[in-house]
Amino acid sequence: MATVRIPGPLRTLSQGEAAVQVEAGDLRGAIEQLESRFPGFRERVLDPSGNLRQFVNVYLNDEDVRFGGGLDVKLEPKDEVSIIPAVAGGRPLH
Amino acid sequence: MSGLGNGRRVIGMRCRECGTEYPVQATHVCEMCFGPLDVVYDYDAIRKRISHRSIAAGPPSMWRYRDLLPLEDEVPVVTLGEGFTPLIHAERLGAELGLRNLYLKNDSMNPTNSFKDRVVSVAVSWARAHGFETIGCASTGNLANAVAAYSARAGLEAFVFIPSDLEPGKVVSTSVFEPNLIAVRGNYDQVNRLCSQLVETYPWAFCNINVRPFYAEGSKTLDFETAEQLGWRLPDEIVIPIASGCQFVKHRRAVGEMVDLGLVEAGSRLPALTGAQALGCAPVYNAWKEGTETVLPVKPNTIAKSIAIGSPSDGSYVIRIARETGGVVEAVTEEEIIDSIRLLARTEGIFTETAGGVTIGVLAKLARAGRWKGDEVVVAYVTGHGLKTADAVAAAPSPGRRFEIEPTLKSFKESVNI
Repeated sequence: MATVRIPGPLRTLSQGEAAVQVEAGDLRGAIEQLESRFPGFRERVLDPSGNLRQFVNVYLNDEDVRFGGGLDVKLEPKDEVSIIPAVAGGRPLH
Repeated sequence: MSGLGNGRRVIGMRCRECGTEYPVQATHVCEMCFGPLDVVYDYDAIRKRISHRSIAAGPPSMWRYRDLLPLEDEVPVVTLGEGFTPLIHAERLGAELGLRNLYLKNDSMNPTNSFKDRVVSVAVSWARAHGFETIGCASTGNLANAVAAYSARAGLEAFVFIPSDLEPGKVVSTSVFEPNLIAVRGNYDQVNRLCSQLVETYPWAFCNINVRPFYAEGSKTLDFETAEQLGWRLPDEIVIPIASGCQFVKHRRAVGEMVDLGLVEAGSRLPALTGAQALGCAPVYNAWKEGTETVLPVKPNTIAKSIAIGSPSDGSYVIRIARETGGVVEAVTEEEIIDSIRLLARTEGIFTETAGGVTIGVLAKLARAGRWKGDEVVVAYVTGHGLKTADAVAAAPSPGRRFEIEPTLKSFKESVNI
């Protein structure tokens, strides 16, 4: 299972959990799984057209997913996904 | 000293994107949309107090503009005399570039020799007043210098995170203040990402992260000073280096505040705000050129390390503001950066760091391309001192004359062609 690190602003949704395990083949699937466990999660991370929100950065291990497959990036069991507010760490794709 | 008596100048914080309001707190991100938070002022109260006279009665530092900074009167500020740096009429550089009214705001004259002293003085003052005992930052060097110095001055612990390949000059001038210096094997964006995770674990005030809304406000003092030093007039154009784009956004806020509060003539045209990047790290320029506000990240590869942010948080705002004010975003090569450092030194006697080379390079490029007629008042913000990146200049061959001679008159006369 891959691990998703949850940023402070989203921990009210994750009942305070800072890291959550997911069983998903790609990032999009991981977000869907988090949505089913924590309703409302998807809309905080994705905009209405289903893309990553303007101010959300997502890293797969050390790499910004924007340098890779975006939401379609494949997840391996030991991967770590970090969701990080962009204000501190840069600007994501629309 | 100006002030609001019993009134408060800061009344809250607001998300720049969705408008959600928050009480004053050490947080930088909107919980709803992750947008950046800005400080909200009580401008009606400030308008009643602020005037050219109230400002002139303040100290000869950036704190004379305290009414437009996010610290209430009772808060003791942590200061080393930052700001109120020289605004120099650059006649010789102007003559080379065909600009009769070119001015340089020499911010390398700040206490730790860069613009960052302005923002850090605000951030450390705010953090100390709100009970923080440790100051942190992710830095490309200049911020590290300033955070280490101001934390020492305030008697606070400092944790300074830098990319491990930073220029030696910047490391020495940070470590002398004895902060906890953490050299991270990665680039600035990676360092910043680490810090934005640490901020959720440790009760520290990270200047450029959780206290960013307050920190960033310090940038405005550059514009207040520039206008005051021009006799309370706004310039026609300002050339500004772009890293995260954070200060660019605040320059727009500052010039708007001066117009709205009547500090400059009613109806004054806002200056064109123009951004400067190094081509080796030009995500904002790339987007500008493409005609889009979508700024894609890049992996930095430039000697202008102090502005080498590949994933600039405020990049799209820069594009919007440049467009709104009639400015542009331009970029220069590594060679142009070095040439411009030398040009500024040769013509005006100012030695700037590589980021200043970027700013002067863009200024020169635009001037030579005919952007100005010649009488416009153009200001370039020179944001850091050349000794910080002396290695970059030392590594390039110098066109200056140098002779090695025996200690005799004969040798001098034979070798040196006067």
